[in-house]
Amino acid sequence: MSIKKHVKLGLSALALSVSFHAMAAEDPIKVGILHSLSGTMAISETALKDTMEMLIEKQNEQGGVNGRMLEAVVVDPASNWPLFAEKARELLEKEKVDVIFGNWTSVSRKSVLPVVEELNGLLFYPVQYEGEESSENVFYTGAAPNQQAIPAVNYLKNELGVERWVLAGTDYVYPRTTNRILETYLKDMGVAEADIMINYTPFGHSDWQSIVSDIKTFGSAGKKTAVVSTINGDANVPFYRELGNQGISSSDIPVVAFSVGEQELSGIDTGPLVGHLAAWNYFMSVDNDANYDFIDAWVEFKGDDKAVTNDPMEAHYIGFNMYVEAVKKAGTTDVEAIKEAIIGVAVPNLTGGIATMMPNHHITKPVLIGEIQDNGQFSVVWETSSTVAGDAWSDFLPGSRDLIADWRAPMKCGNFNVKTGSCGASAGEQALADAE
Amino acid sequence: MGILRSLLSLRLASLLVLLMAIAAPAFSQTEEDPGQALLANLADASPRQMDAAIEAIVNSGDPRARSWLDAFGNNRLSRNKDTGQVVVVLRNVGRDWTIADPLTGENLGEISRRELDRVNINNAIRGKLEGVLAMLDLYSTNPEIQRAAAEAMMGKVNEPVIEPLNKLLEQDLPPRVRDRLELAVAIYQLEQGDAQAKAEAITVLTGSLHSRARAALNNAVAGDDPAIAASAKAALVSIEQKLKMNRAAETLYFGLSLGSVLVLAAIGLAITFGVMGVINMAHGELIMLGAYTTWGMQQLLPGQPGLALILSIPAGFMVAALAGIAIERSVIQYLKGRPLETLLATFGISLILQQLVRTVISPLNRSVTTPEWMSGSLVINDALSLTLNRLYVIGFALVVFAGLMLIMRKTRLGLEVRAVTQNRAMARSMGIKATRVDIMTFALGSGVAGLAGVALSQITNVGPNLGQNYIIDSFMVVVFGGVGNLWGTLVAGLTLGTINQILEPWAGAVLAKIMVLVMIILFIQKRPKGLFPQKGRAAEG
Repeated sequence: MSIKKHVKLGLSALALSVSFHAMAAEDPIKVGILHSLSGTMAISETALKDTMEMLIEKQNEQGGVNGRMLEAVVVDPASNWPLFAEKARELLEKEKVDVIFGNWTSVSRKSVLPVVEELNGLLFYPVQYEGEESSENVFYTGAAPNQQAIPAVNYLKNELGVERWVLAGTDYVYPRTTNRILETYLKDMGVAEADIMINYTPFGHSDWQSIVSDIKTFGSAGKKTAVVSTINGDANVPFYRELGNQGISSSDIPVVAFSVGEQELSGIDTGPLVGHLAAWNYFMSVDNDANYDFIDAWVEFKGDDKAVTNDPMEAHYIGFNMYVEAVKKAGTTDVEAIKEAIIGVAVPNLTGGIATMMPNHHITKPVLIGEIQDNGQFSVVWETSSTVAGDAWSDFLPGSRDLIADWRAPMKCGNFNVKTGSCGASAGEQALADAE
Repeated sequence: MGILRSLLSLRLASLLVLLMAIAAPAFSQTEEDPGQALLANLADASPRQMDAAIEAIVNSGDPRARSWLDAFGNNRLSRNKDTGQVVVVLRNVGRDWTIADPLTGENLGEISRRELDRVNINNAIRGKLEGVLAMLDLYSTNPEIQRAAAEAMMGKVNEPVIEPLNKLLEQDLPPRVRDRLELAVAIYQLEQGDAQAKAEAITVLTGSLHSRARAALNNAVAGDDPAIAASAKAALVSIEQKLKMNRAAETLYFGLSLGSVLVLAAIGLAITFGVMGVINMAHGELIMLGAYTTWGMQQLLPGQPGLALILSIPAGFMVAALAGIAIERSVIQYLKGRPLETLLATFGISLILQQLVRTVISPLNRSVTTPEWMSGSLVINDALSLTLNRLYVIGFALVVFAGLMLIMRKTRLGLEVRAVTQNRAMARSMGIKATRVDIMTFALGSGVAGLAGVALSQITNVGPNLGQNYIIDSFMVVVFGGVGNLWGTLVAGLTLGTINQILEPWAGAVLAKIMVLVMIILFIQKRPKGLFPQKGRAAEG
């Protein structure tokens, strides 16, 4: 094939043909995208797949990385957790991708973990999660609890004078762990047991009448009350609707949510929600030129004037740029080289700061508190003065206090116990053990 | 005291509140408009200076003050980064925002959002602002505004407004407004007043069901004065007594409302599954189609959500009925008498329909607007209010049920349906076109599912997963009520809803669901044919 091309180009274009050789000789960098495009999680994950395709397209317009183009390999794990593992295996074994960007739910990540560890792949995980994990092969670009939940509670306590807490969540691992961390944290601060109410609801819960009524009663005890919500995706809309219907305004009982972003709000009339809060590391409304450029590119890519951006999309933006930088730094896409090169890589985020990859495979992020506005956007009312480094192991859980993660030599361990001086099982082995 | 003075000065001005938007500027071009300085002051204020900046605007007595504060409260004040001019954002969607001059009300056209710097407001400031605005509205001549303002004053009374409030109370006020204001003042006195004022406040608060009153009493119980604490405690005890009744009524209402949702979701299935015996796993998706029809209607009629919703009732029925006919003709008719295969095939159809919606419309939820007359609640007293949207759904469920009953009992179609399901061969030999009856019945059941979708669009998410959330519940209701019996479905739905809501507060939502399920399983063991079993020959058919 290269001979044919040579004939076509002729001998005169020597320089060109040399560069062509270089290009043709190198295969494209294959980027696996493991996001559900069907099933229940498609609501959240489809946008992330599109984000990745847009980022790859932009990077290729700039000539790729190290002279190599990038190529997206998209698979659909269909919101089916075991299928996530199969598709990850397909990406790594059959497609031989260099890196995977994917997953949303923690359970899908746990399902993929053993596979990426076994086949020594790279996975960038873009969603805020419960922490308590650090794998050699995974890079966590979403927030750990200390980058979202803890600062949000501090804000409520210090700025709004909240003394009574409702911890409401959907019944699965992320809310349960986050609420356990928050409960310990609140009690450490001297909040009495009676001033904490914990409530779990099933996925997609749509009848909030009695729970909202309970919250109302709980809030009439004389102390300023707030709801810390880890309610997942779909269930939020009827929850907020019920709050509005029962006349609970944000100045009475503010709700701070960790899973409600611009995309979730695009499905509701936000009029009655004005003033309720969300804690994220990015908001679409952040006044920053890099952010506006990103939004403009996204709107153009989607061909939809109303397309919104959100926090996990920014996480992919950061993760993708970190990977690109690491490939440039290492000069190769070899997994071992990337793992070494990427620690310490710093790229700009979309809120005007810098994100750095830490040795525990988490990144530094600013924490922003936003209030819901009537146009479905958030207005930032508070932010941390500097970025916060993600903590893989919470300081507020008994078992994890003594653990640290550091993937640099010589430690190279995701759960090193500083008391016993030993390293535990890898995250993938742990996930397998838990599943059995 | 600044606010006090300003409030008095604004008494007249507040009459003009409604005219504000078109108020002509009283200043010539050359003269500096003092409003500019006031707004700039607000825009520049740090969170700690906000109070003073708001006060300055109220103090100014400017007739436009109200409109500025409203814009501020609604997050609509912004500053032009280039010129420093403070503007009101009229439309804040998309890349270019429409702005207006707050001083003249003149529309300044569109500007890139990059050029604007929002004037920040947060919850704490909004709370104070609401108090200030409510205080202004108390002098309104519009009784509605005045009442809402009195309502908003609860818990927002502070030292500077207590005097004007007391003055206001000396005047002739509508009883509702007076009642609210007295409560609001009493709450303030209980928190800040001297011992005597506290004692008086407790007398006023005794018997009030308002949550703020309870909060204040709770705080008084925890206070240092033992005499006050004791009487506050006594007041609380009497309030608790009253609350018990209200709570029971509230739980019952919650139960009926959840029950009516279950009835709506299940009643279509009671026809297709109960009467025809077709296990239709795509029933949930027919509900979803009804909900999407409502959304589509609202897109067709922008700005008229109420009319769109009413038109969606026939439209949703038709869309779902047509989809039902398509499913019946294309799949179900070939699988007659093979329930397992019907189950699998219709499950496949449900997945196809879901993915179709995801691909064609969007995987994201669609926003369906609730019309004005359906939002909010019907206030019975301070502790008991019935949410309007659910009240409508209860009514709608009953109407649909009555309609179906009529069709099944009083029409030719109903007669034929019953004949065909009891003995197909016999009915055919009597000249009934069984195939036609099948189609009509399935269309009817599907159409009713569409109606359920229209109602559910007001309560839950309109998204591709809508149907999935209701399919299990629907089967549960139909089986519990007794297959083939519409009354059974009604009673079963309302019973399950009520039991669920009674269990939920003390068992939690997850456990309550499990308990209900276990209960049904046990019940079915005892009575395999449900609450209202079919009797006589039909039962064997």
